Amino acid sequence: MTIGVLALQGDFREHIEVLRRIGARPIEVRLPQHLAAVERLIIPGGESTTIGRLLNRYQLLEPIRARAGRDLAVWGTCAGAILLAREVLDQKQGGQPGIGVMDIRVRRNAFGSQLDSFEVPLVAPVFGEAPLPGVFIRAPQIVGVGRGVEVLAEVPNGGIAAARQGRLLATTFHPELTDDDRVHRYFMEL
Amino acid sequence: MEKSTWTTKVGLAQMLKGGVIMDVVTPEQARIAEEAGAVAVMALERVPADIRAQGGVARMSDPELIVAIKEAVTIPVMAKARIGHFVEAQVLEALGIDYIDESEVLTPADEEHHINKHKFKIPFVCGCKNIGEGLRRVAEGAAMLRTKGEAGTGNVVEAVRHARAVYSEIRRLQSMGEDELFVYAKQIQAPYELVRQVAEAGRLPVVNFAAGGIATPADAALMMQLGVDGVFVGSGIFKSGDPMKRARAIVEATTHYNDPEIIAEVSKGLGEAMVGINLEQIPAEQRMAQRGW
Repeated sequence: MTIGVLALQGDFREHIEVLRRIGARPIEVRLPQHLAAVERLIIPGGESTTIGRLLNRYQLLEPIRARAGRDLAVWGTCAGAILLAREVLDQKQGGQPGIGVMDIRVRRNAFGSQLDSFEVPLVAPVFGEAPLPGVFIRAPQIVGVGRGVEVLAEVPNGGIAAARQGRLLATTFHPELTDDDRVHRYFMEL
Repeated sequence: MEKSTWTTKVGLAQMLKGGVIMDVVTPEQARIAEEAGAVAVMALERVPADIRAQGGVARMSDPELIVAIKEAVTIPVMAKARIGHFVEAQVLEALGIDYIDESEVLTPADEEHHINKHKFKIPFVCGCKNIGEGLRRVAEGAAMLRTKGEAGTGNVVEAVRHARAVYSEIRRLQSMGEDELFVYAKQIQAPYELVRQVAEAGRLPVVNFAAGGIATPADAALMMQLGVDGVFVGSGIFKSGDPMKRARAIVEATTHYNDPEIIAEVSKGLGEAMVGINLEQIPAEQRMAQRGW
C-alpha cells in the first residue's frame, strides 16, 4: 500500500516525516509516473495557485480526477483542501486550476492576512476524545458541504475545518506541523 | 484562540517552501508573478538592480504602492524595512501585509541593532551569510532566513558562497562534541541553545531561502540542490527580456530541481537574461551583503 505526497510545492517534507514516524514509506509525487505508483495521496499546505498551475502544467490534474475517491484516497491540507473543492471562492484574478472532485465549497484566505493566522484546539470526536491541535495559517474555510459529505470538525468561531466524502478528506488546518499524528493515521485507514 | 504564535509565524514560511518569491514594483507585475506561479511577492519601489544603479538612500516603499500590490493578488505579500528601522516595521505591520524582510538591500537605519522582532505580531525574514549571523537573527525573533547573496547583480556567486557556508557549518556542528559546541557558539557569536538545537536536528530552526543574484532556472535549481528551501528572485525576472516566461521557468526549475531534463526544457528560448555584474566591479562599500551585524 504505497502512499504519495504531492511534492510540487509546500510543506510536503513535514507530511513525509509524520508518515515515516508512524511506519509508512511515502514517496514524493511530482510527475504522472510517480502518481501511477500510489494508492493514497496527500496534497500538502502551500500556495493553491502555485500547486494548481504545476498540476496542470505537468499533466497531473486528469489522472488525479480519474482516480480520486476510487482507487486513490486523497487528503488535502489547507491549499490541498482548496484544490480538492468543487467550488472555490475568492480565487485569484482570472481563476485558478483545481482538481474539483470533492463536494465542498471553500473560501480562500477566509480569516484575513497572516496577522489573523491562529491556533485553536479542535473538538473532533472521530479522531478521539482529546481535541486536535488546530494550526490555521492564512487558512481557508469550508463554507458549505454537499450531501454525502461528513463534517468532522468545526472552527469554534465559525466554519468547517475538516470534512470527509468517502475516500476524500479535507482539512483547512495543518496536522503535519504538530506532534499529533491522529489525522495521518486516520487517512491511512481511509 | 491564539493569534500570531511562533508556530503560525514559522508555519507560513513552511508553506512557501519549494517556491519562488518574486520582487515586483507595480500591481501589474504582481499579477504576472502570481500567474506564473510565485508563492509570494515582495512589494518594492525599485528592484535591487535599480537601487544599485541609482544610489542614494533606499527606504521602505510608499504604503500606497504596497497596498495596491496587496489588493492585486491573493498570494502573500512581503515588504522590506531598513535594518534596525522598527518604525518602518510598525508601519508595514499596520498595513496588514504578511511578512517583513528586514533587508540589507535598503540603507541600514541602525549600525548596531537589528529590529527586536519578538515585539511584533507580523513575522520577519532576515538575511545571513553564515550560521552565526542566521542564528543571531533567529534569536532576535526572525521566523525565516534567507542567505544574502549579492542583490541586484544577476551573479549567483555570493548566493552560492553563503549557502555553502551555512550548510557546511551545519554538517560540522553535527560532528562536534558537546564541549566543542560551547566554544563554537562563542566563536560564531550565536546563542548556545540555538547552536545545540541545530547540531541535534541537523538543520536550521527556521526555513531558509536563497536570495541575491539568482537570474536563471539553472541558478534556482543550483541553490535548491545546495540545500535551501526555496528562492527569492529580485531583479532577475522583471529586468529580463520576457518576464512571464522566465518567471514560469524559474518556478518549474525550483520544483523539479533534481530533474536536469526538465530544467533543460524550461530553459529554452527565455530571451535575454538580466545583465550581470562581476563582483570585482563592485567597490567593497557598495556590497549590500556586508550590511547587518
